Amino acid sequence: MTRWAMVADLRRCVGCQTCTAACKHANATPPGVQWRRVLDMEFGEFPDVQRVFVPVGCQHCDEPPCLDVCPTTATRKRADGIVTIDYDLCIGCAYCAVACPYQARYKTERRSFAYGRASEHEQARFDPDRLAVATKCTFCVDRIDAGLARGQTPGVDPEATPACVNACIAEALSFGDADDPESRVSRLLETHQHFRMHEELGTGPGFHYLWDRADDAPPPPGEDSR
Amino acid sequence: MRREPQARAAGFGPRPWQQTSWDARAAANFMAGGAGSGLIVAAAVGGGPLWAFALGAAIVAGGLLCVWAEIGRPWRALNVFFNARRSWMTREAMVAPPTLLLALAAALGLPAAAGLAAACALAFVYCQARILRAARGIPAWREPALVPLIVATALAEGGGLWLALAALGGGAASAAAWAALAPLLLVRLGLWARWRGRLKAAPRALAAIEDAGGRLQAASWLAASLAVVALALPLPPRLEAAAALAAGLLAAAGGAWFKFTLVTRAAFNQGFTVARLPVRGTRRGAAMASAVASTPARPGGSAPAKEDRWA
Repeated sequence: MTRWAMVADLRRCVGCQTCTAACKHANATPPGVQWRRVLDMEFGEFPDVQRVFVPVGCQHCDEPPCLDVCPTTATRKRADGIVTIDYDLCIGCAYCAVACPYQARYKTERRSFAYGRASEHEQARFDPDRLAVATKCTFCVDRIDAGLARGQTPGVDPEATPACVNACIAEALSFGDADDPESRVSRLLETHQHFRMHEELGTGPGFHYLWDRADDAPPPPGEDSR
Repeated sequence: MRREPQARAAGFGPRPWQQTSWDARAAANFMAGGAGSGLIVAAAVGGGPLWAFALGAAIVAGGLLCVWAEIGRPWRALNVFFNARRSWMTREAMVAPPTLLLALAAALGLPAAAGLAAACALAFVYCQARILRAARGIPAWREPALVPLIVATALAEGGGLWLALAALGGGAASAAAWAALAPLLLVRLGLWARWRGRLKAAPRALAAIEDAGGRLQAASWLAASLAVVALALPLPPRLEAAAALAAGLLAAAGGAWFKFTLVTRAAFNQGFTVARLPVRGTRRGAAMASAVASTPARPGGSAPAKEDRWA
């Protein structure tokens, strides 16, 4: 089986929002809609503070709450773990939006553009089917499917990999098959300590966050003590 | 920047915020669905004017119209019937037509329809309660104790409306009606306290819930007191009718306000949390993370996200 999954290394993310911009460009999302976004969090008190950048979006859960509530079957989960929305079935009830614990779903009621009038790109990419229905991150499923059809490997070949992962300047984002022990995401999960967001809800997110190397992993070059 | 120690207990992350996907139109569906269904049940159990069935059906239909006005693609509304296997919204939609039709049949005097209409109305309001329960993104809704509370609220609202209608119709409220209303209100209060006691939600959500709960309690106690007085004292007919009207409207209004608040003011999500802070370089940072995590909640603790837009 294949289980597409995303890994975000919180130690590497610098909050540059390049993934956000790449996602907007790749998917032509309207203003206010960010299928991939990066939260900027601060913790602690001066002088003992820490700043963390956390990429978020649809977690493509094993047990998606949005799937259970959708009254139209517009929301579906593929065998490879990707959660999709059929824009032709969706009635825009937004039940999925309130059911999603990750605030990953958007509904845009009317056409809008970044600077008022549509730019050439916005004009060309505008999709009326996405108005007044639920939308969210697709893991760039079109790129994945097209890449697989060409014999490419998502997460390895850029043409078959989600745009946000390709764009990441720090290699903080990785994508691949979590069921393949040789994939990059499997190796990262094996050699690092990680967590998933709101795991207590039992959703089984397909989005993993690395926060430290595994206890038995060798220290990185240049680091001689803990 | 205002800091909330709540964030610490759940991990690290920005504050939750009120959901913006469902507004007063969605709230109206829960308010009208509960009150209308409750009225159908009360009319079936308590007898009285047949047009109470029609009024109950009209109230339920009004709520459904409100939610129809909220969906993004109203002309695809029939797609709502596609997922009976999983979605409580589909089940609600499937129960609605028989509820309305049977209530209208009961209003036209078909005796067998009354009981069936009441059963469908109960199923309808149960579906509404489960709709909220299934929304795992909203802590105040996903608490299982909300389901009996929503059903009890509907019955109390319906009972109150039925009593008020009896008073408006000129008929004296029967002792049985008074005797039924007070326990319904007390059960609703008990279930509210049970739900509230189990609730773990954002401070601002809890504040809104406390406010609505205070009104619910005040309305319920006042209405229940009126019921006790009406039962204990031989009131003149006009005074008893006025008491019935007041008690009924109070019972209905308290529940309606609670549901309005539940959807539009207390429906905070849980924000974003990270279970562990990243270790950059040596693990000194991890020690700090552990220290932050284990420190009891206090003002000025773990800060919310700098990006307050998400908080």
